[in-house]
Amino acid sequence: MASYDKRFSGRKFDEMREIEAKVNIIKRADGSALFRIGETIAIAAVYGPRELHPRFLQNPETGILRCNYDMASFSVPERKKPGPTRRGVEISLVTEKALLPVVELKQFPNAVVDVFIQIIQANSGTRCAGISAAALALAHAGIPMKDLVSAVSVGKVGNKILIDLDKDEEDFDDSTDIPVAITGRKKEITLLQLDGNITKKELIEAIKLAKDGCEKINKIQQKALKDAYKSEENE
Amino acid sequence: MIKLLIKEREIVVPGQELAEGMEYLPSSGTYRDQNKIISNKLGVVSVNKNIIKVIPLTGRYMPKVDDVVIGRVLEIGFYGWSVDIGSAYPATLSIRDATEFIDKEEDLTKYYDYGDIIAARVNKVTRYKSIDITTKGPGLRKLIGGKVIEVTPSKVPRMIGKQGSMISMIKDYTGCNLLVGQNGKVWVKGTSLEKENLVTKMIMKIEQESHIDGLTDKIKNLLEKNGKL
Repeated sequence: MASYDKRFSGRKFDEMREIEAKVNIIKRADGSALFRIGETIAIAAVYGPRELHPRFLQNPETGILRCNYDMASFSVPERKKPGPTRRGVEISLVTEKALLPVVELKQFPNAVVDVFIQIIQANSGTRCAGISAAALALAHAGIPMKDLVSAVSVGKVGNKILIDLDKDEEDFDDSTDIPVAITGRKKEITLLQLDGNITKKELIEAIKLAKDGCEKINKIQQKALKDAYKSEENE
Repeated sequence: MIKLLIKEREIVVPGQELAEGMEYLPSSGTYRDQNKIISNKLGVVSVNKNIIKVIPLTGRYMPKVDDVVIGRVLEIGFYGWSVDIGSAYPATLSIRDATEFIDKEEDLTKYYDYGDIIAARVNKVTRYKSIDITTKGPGLRKLIGGKVIEVTPSKVPRMIGKQGSMISMIKDYTGCNLLVGQNGKVWVKGTSLEKENLVTKMIMKIEQESHIDGLTDKIKNLLEKNGKL
């Protein structure tokens, strides 16, 4: 196995890229957020709760959550063909499943909450950035949520376990990429995917790393939400 | 252990712990997890004795019985009108709840046509969120002319002011007709376009600066400056 002693980016193995979070970036949406980690930028817009059409999808017991993940054609070095892809559909689905445990849509029977995630610049970890942005946008839209969700990718490159892989590391020989989403307060895992080979011990170590990373992201998310309304505190 | 983890009027986010101990009771915008009370909305905390509540800062209008709302007619059916009031569900104005006696066969567009703006009162909200509204009552009618401005529903109390001080002040200074719906829609009709625009500007200002103390005086100054139209 190739050894990987120093990261290409010069980061420490448990160091994430620079993170920026902002809410209220799309005026006409009910809630919106931007989440940037390194060169990866995700924007999320939330519409609703609103009436759900077609009618046969409606659930009289609870409202439903509909996520839509897409990458802008200019987000990657080689132009991406616009429109849904197999990959996009999968990520939409796992995003929805990652957020569903925290949103409470019982009080909105027959309605839908639409979440649109656009990746406007990609350098790995797009689904994680998308989930973090979507959680912020949902909170900003005033949807009742038990908790916030933060996501980060961890993995194994060469012989090292590290956090927040970038594109160069993802393309490294035999690298393993593990996107993880964790709720803010109870630290429950809502998303865990794995692409590559890893031993049980290493996986546990990686998840531990992800938990620390998500805690930091959660703090940034909380700050972004509070800052948007900071001045209200003087009321 | 009984402990309050936040200050009154503090901004909280979903998943933030507000209080510890069974003495505190969770109200709207919060939930209990074992012995802790946790926020489930982005909002401002309000503590009343041992009852903890989070007043949301954003979000759609949640209809409450007896609220006066302003809506737009979306659809006309055999039963009456379907009205958009800015909540998650359209409201129904049935023929019986409309102002006048209406003959069975009559063309309903004669009363309220597509796109008409109406002021109505919420009559009933069922568990399945079917919203019934009525236009029977003082001041409830079709709003002809003017324009509708949308603000965040949680800022409506500020818009109205103490005992309607803010709204009546704007009315006095500009001579505009003003109606604030609990759903965050404000209808303005003035004698001239300039006056309507002035009121619009003031309402935007109130929405932006709803947190500032002495806002009524500030708006008063602004109105006096612009008042001589």
